[in-house]
Amino acid sequence: MKGGDKMDIRENLLYTKEHEWIKIEGNLGTIGISDYAQSSLGDVTFVELPKIGNEIKQFEPFASVESVKAVSDIYAPMSGKIIKINEKLSTSPELINQSPYEKGWIAVIEISDEKEKENLMPYSEYKKYLDELLK
Amino acid sequence: MNYIPHTKEEVKEMLKTIGVHSVEDLFSDINEELRAKSFNLPKGKSEFEVKEYLEKLSQKNNLSLISFLGGGFYDHYIPAVVDALVSRSEFYTAYTPYQSECSQGTLQTIYEYQTAICALTDMEVANASLYDGGTSLFEGLMMAYRIKGRNKFIIDGSLNPIYQKMLFTYTENLPFEIVRTPYHIGQVEREKIYQNLDEETAAVILQNPNFFGTIDDYTDIVEHAHSVGALVIISVYPISLGLIKTPGEMGADIVTGEGQSLGIPLSFGGPYLGFLACKEEFVRKMPGRIVGATVDKEGKRGFVLTLQVREQHIRRQKATSNICTNSALCALRALIFLSVLGKNGFIELSKLNYDKSEFAKRVFKEISGIDVLNTPTFNEFTIRLPMDANEIVKKMTKKGFVPGLPLGKFFKDMKNYLLITVTEKRKKEEILKFAEELNNAINL
Repeated sequence: MKGGDKMDIRENLLYTKEHEWIKIEGNLGTIGISDYAQSSLGDVTFVELPKIGNEIKQFEPFASVESVKAVSDIYAPMSGKIIKINEKLSTSPELINQSPYEKGWIAVIEISDEKEKENLMPYSEYKKYLDELLK
Repeated sequence: MNYIPHTKEEVKEMLKTIGVHSVEDLFSDINEELRAKSFNLPKGKSEFEVKEYLEKLSQKNNLSLISFLGGGFYDHYIPAVVDALVSRSEFYTAYTPYQSECSQGTLQTIYEYQTAICALTDMEVANASLYDGGTSLFEGLMMAYRIKGRNKFIIDGSLNPIYQKMLFTYTENLPFEIVRTPYHIGQVEREKIYQNLDEETAAVILQNPNFFGTIDDYTDIVEHAHSVGALVIISVYPISLGLIKTPGEMGADIVTGEGQSLGIPLSFGGPYLGFLACKEEFVRKMPGRIVGATVDKEGKRGFVLTLQVREQHIRRQKATSNICTNSALCALRALIFLSVLGKNGFIELSKLNYDKSEFAKRVFKEISGIDVLNTPTFNEFTIRLPMDANEIVKKMTKKGFVPGLPLGKFFKDMKNYLLITVTEKRKKEEILKFAEELNNAINL
């Protein structure tokens, strides 16, 4: 795994303690996992995507990522309805490792409660959280 | 002899290390009243006494009876090579092949077993085996639940009643709705299935041949089920697949079955073999162990346990299934059995079963008072007697035959019905003699 200072953290995203990120644009939110998450998992071999139309709930599992070491649940950063999924991950799960913030996005949701973003960590807080974890 | 291989000194030392005074102290968390005071076990016996006891017990078996009994477990011939190979210590004493570096032989046999099951059922992937036909059918049901996220199931009432009981028992505390269609000796009554089939249904569960021996082609049911997004699980009798349409050809999604007929001796309670195969798209929802082929760093072919991260030793409570083992030795028996027969030999075996059973049906039809039920069958069929089938069993046993399974044991209104199986082991003379004694038992 990379050291803490080498972790890529993006400023325009909100994070969960389980290392998912969400990018909010209007009432839509794009969800993925952070650089720290992909680097802890190791090579991702399979992504179990949610179904379009599924309602997901904040901090409850809605997808899973399988690596050579483990299957890990992906928790929803915010509640909402799945409107788009990244189909490319079915054939190229390694996109999660290669590009966790861009090509490796997992799903887009229609956010049902904007206030839930107060339960998430902005850039500076997540950075501190990671620094603690990697101490 | 004490079966726990620790000396008193070692036990003492261990207790001291963890800071307790006696073994009894280890149970202090359990309320004293709830602890067993005695297990009522008899005194230990010497090797000689045990041997004598077991020999006496085994003499209660009647090995000379000629069997026409089936109903899920079958009297097929097991070539000597099966026992000879399977009892080699490399196989017999091998443990779970977690460490692929030193388990290539075991892994290869499991991989080949999976390949054989796929070839037999015409399915894309098979797991490394389960305990028996009933548990594999239950695991198939759970798979459908995981795949579909729906909790309604339709099971055909003509499924093996033991399997039905297992499905209901295992799912008793789960939020499932299981609709059972009425049992029926003939082919599945489609409308009974279709009137329950809807978009809440996870799977339709069928058996071929059904418990009464009737064979069917479920292609149309598969199409109907798929049109509402439901899966179809078919439990099969492997020996029949050399002759009748395979579940893969019918489009089944999950296939399960009892593998006892593939070289595993009949014994009360097993050990037996459950097989489970499915379409490749469902492989990650498959329970249990799976062996995959790969290449090592020098490019040489090798085998490993694959997709293990779904299993409970890694994924803990979120594992695909609680099944974390397989019946490797029984699976190996099945593999050797199938390999020895080969493709043509297997088809021949299948045909022999069918032909002998058809011959028996023709002979029995001549006996007055007997009604051989007129449905297409493989090697097992149902007859109606003019009296309680249990009476016939009693009479026929005295004449040296196990005549079949009295269906009243499972179905209240079928007291006079007997399920008869004719495998390749039954000779023409035996069938004719059986018919003669049956005629005497009924008409004399």
